[in-house]
Order: sequence, then C-alpha cells, then structure tokens
Amino acid sequence: MEQFLQQIASGLANGAIYACVALALVMIYVSTDHINFAQGEMAMFSTYISWQLMTWGLSFWFAFILAVVFSFVLGVIIERAILRPLHNAPVLSIVVVFIGLLAICNSVAGAIWSYLIKEFPSPFPKSSFGIAGVIGPHQLGVVMVTLIVLGLLFVFFRYTPLGLAMRAAAQNPQMARLVGVRVDWMLALGWGLAAAVGAVAGIMVAHIVYLDPNMMGGILLYAFASALVGGISNPGGAVVGGFIVGVLENMVAYAGNQIEKATGIYIIGNGEKLTVALIIVITVLTVKPAGLFGRVVVKRV
Amino acid sequence: MAALLEVKGLKAFYGQTQSLYDVGFEIPDGGITTLLGANGAGKTTTLRAICNMVRTDGTIRFAGKDIAGQATEEIVRLRIAHVPEGRGTFTTLTVDENLRIAAYTRRDKQGVKDELERVFGYFPRLKERVQQQAGTLSGGEQQMLAIARALMLKPRLMLLDEPSFGLAPLIVQEIFRILRRINEDEKVSILLVEQNAALALDLAAHAYVLETGRVVMSGPSSVVKNDENVRKSYLGY
Repeated sequence: MEQFLQQIASGLANGAIYACVALALVMIYVSTDHINFAQGEMAMFSTYISWQLMTWGLSFWFAFILAVVFSFVLGVIIERAILRPLHNAPVLSIVVVFIGLLAICNSVAGAIWSYLIKEFPSPFPKSSFGIAGVIGPHQLGVVMVTLIVLGLLFVFFRYTPLGLAMRAAAQNPQMARLVGVRVDWMLALGWGLAAAVGAVAGIMVAHIVYLDPNMMGGILLYAFASALVGGISNPGGAVVGGFIVGVLENMVAYAGNQIEKATGIYIIGNGEKLTVALIIVITVLTVKPAGLFGRVVVKRV
Repeated sequence: MAALLEVKGLKAFYGQTQSLYDVGFEIPDGGITTLLGANGAGKTTTLRAICNMVRTDGTIRFAGKDIAGQATEEIVRLRIAHVPEGRGTFTTLTVDENLRIAAYTRRDKQGVKDELERVFGYFPRLKERVQQQAGTLSGGEQQMLAIARALMLKPRLMLLDEPSFGLAPLIVQEIFRILRRINEDEKVSILLVEQNAALALDLAAHAYVLETGRVVMSGPSSVVKNDENVRKSYLGY
C-alpha cells in the first residue's frame, strides 16, 4: 500500500512537470496553430541559466525568479525576431525553424556548460516538507510550485484585462484588431509566458532527472502526449492531461512489478513506461480524436 | 459641416485581384451615410479598406488626418469602430468579456463600469445575458453584442457591415431604431453597408451606389431613393 501511494505521489510530481510543459505548448498552439518543438530545449536552457546563477552564489529562489524572467524575455525576443518574419510562411518552414531552434538551444547549452551530467539542488528542506512514506519533500514541493504557477496563470487569463485581450487575440485575431488589441504583441507575450512556464518546469524537474542538455527530450514527448490527451486546444485539459499521463506511467510500472512479484513472470517494468503510456495515449486519441476535454473542430466547406 | 471621413481614389486588392478601382466619398460629422450595391460591388471591401484589412491604395483622411497605411488596431484606437459582416463576436467569451475587451486599455474601472451601463441602456437584453457565452446567443443578440462592443470603443465613426444579415424583420427594425438613437444621442457618425436598400435609405441621409468597385451614383437618400435605376435594381419596384 505504501509503495502504491508513493507511486501515485511521484506520478503526480512528474505529472505537474508534464502539465507545465503541456500548457506551454497549448498556449502557443491556440494562438498560432503550431507546436513549438523547441519548448523543451528552451526550458533546458533556462534551467542552465538558473544553475549558472546558483554557482555564482545566488540563492535557489532568487536564481529561479531571474531565470524565469530571462526566459520570458527570451521568449518574447524569439517571437519578435524569428517568428514574426515567418508570419505567413507555410507550416513546414515553421516546423523547420522550431527544429532549428531546438538544435541551437541544445548545442549552445552543450558548448557553454558541456554535456556532462550535473547534479541540481532541491530547494525544499527535508525536515519540513513531505509526508514520510507517502510523498518526498521535492515531489511535494514540485506539485505545490506548479499548482501555484498554474493558479497564477489562471487568474491572469481569467480576470485581468490583458489576459482577456490575449484570449481574444488567440480566438479571433482579426476581430481582436478591430477592438484595438495589438495582436502582434499579444503573440509575443504568449511566447514569453510559455517560455517562462517551461522554465519553471525545467528548474523543478532538474533535481529529479539531473541537469544535462538532453534532459527535456523525453519530457517534451510526455508533455505533447498530455496536451493531446487533454485536448490540444484546451489549456485546462492539457494540465489535467499532464497529471493523468504522469500517474498513468507510474501505475503501469507498478502493476508490472506487482505481477512479477506474484507470478515471477516479467511482463512490464520501468523500462517500458514510456511505451505503454504512449500506447494508452494513442488509444485515447483513436476513441476520442479531440482529446478528453477537447472540442471537435468542425470546418464548413 | 466638415467631413469626418474623406476617401479619395481608393483602390483595394486581394492578392493580384483588384476589387476597388476608384472609390471616393465623404461622411459628414454626425451623419449617417450608406453604401449600396449588389453582391461583389465592393461594399465590404470598402469598409475593410478603411481599417487597412486589405491591401489598399489611395487617400483616407479621418478628422483631417491621413490614416491610410496605419495598422488596423491603431486606426481603431482613433475611435473608428468596425462591426464586421457575420457579427464577429468572440464566441467562447462571455457577453461581459466581449464588451470589456473593447475597453481593455483603460485603467479607470469606474469609467468602464459607467460605459457598460450606458451601453446596456441601448441593449437591455444583453444585460440579462451578461454571463452567457456569446456563441450561445441568438443571431439578433449577437448582432446587438457586436454593436454594443463597438459602442464601448466610444467611437466617433461606426462602420456597420450588413447589420440586418440573416435576422428576422422585427429584430432588424429594433436594431435600426437603436442605431438611429445611437447616432442622435452619442453624435456617432455611421457608415452603413446594407443589402436591404429600402431600410438603409430610410436611415441614412446620404447614399453612395457602388458597382464593380466604383461609385456610380451618389446624393441625398431622398434623391437616390427615387432614381429609376436604383429603384429597379435595389428596391425592386
């Protein structure tokens, strides 16, 4: 039983990370119809920035905040400088740009900080965080931080005029222009926010997966799956999807271990987590192509 | 009276296709003017050209200033409110949000609140549905919402594209009554594009008739109404 609860808890912690990255993907998707394949690598880069700041002597949280702000600015700059000129470019050109961005982030990080795997600290004190036997201090901390960030984003989009303008710009850009919304800036702002949320995820997960330039590869895949399961055009769905995928992958491995213990036959274990999770994702999408909480887009012809 | 909007030699292009050739007209400050014409004559394009939503060439002067070539959102901020064809409400946002979006740059909360109340004075139905998603409103209510949102911009000029489109005659009458009140009470000038020529000529003081991207006739509504060609082509008697 204890092991079961632990598996759920670590699934939630992973799920929180997936949820953040999935939300970052969805934020860009709803306003531009593109999936930013470089989202994970941008988050990785931000995580290195925070690591660098910490080795220069800054405290964890100070470095965290600076790195998130840096990511926001970087996101805005990338949108304005790289994607703006491609505004009317065909989808494939934009995909290529994303992949290029991914490769650039990866190799620049490797060049500056090397490909050696680094340890990354956890800011959550063992003495006061976590519940013994159920959830570890870092896991609880990750869940809390991401929930706070997601909550702040929800309040921002739901209750502030700027958040409203961004939603309007995403839903109907031309109409938004006609009520005086500077749609181009809203897109850049969306990129900034997505990069910032990604940075939070990167900095939170680095203690678990260790810091290296390829740390976000698998996570991006999970996040993409989460976003699809939840409904790619639904931010709330993407967050729920993240938690579902996080818990699901752990449950699969847990069930595999239990079977092996009881029967001695190895069917499935930690190594197949990703495969099984993706099989389940594909199944969900076959049954419900728009995702669990997505809207079916009907186009009139 | 000086012209609020002055359009001269206006051309518009969709890609390689030219759809306006030489459109010119003036809108007096505080007046209602209508553009008439058959499908494809260039009425909607003219409105889109004023807001720089298509590639254009020519002179567009608003309140004495040249606005041609400015970004759509900047033109709107000069207080030109465009209510597009097909209503163009934000369907996933609530009625309240649809209205507030037009005032999102304003920081005075009380001012926005007063503005909302003033707008609800014209459209009491919207007040009842303030928390409803715009997409769930009836066609007439959505049209009212689009006009109400335009009012939230405190416009000096309102561009209306087919406000009667797809609506029941009673609703259309109601909307046109409200438009007249808005024009009189708020001193908002109106440029109206309508298929329903009889209705438009009743509301407007001036009319311009467009044919294949050119102005072919203009004058006071009473004169245009009695023109034999207009009567045959657009009024159907």
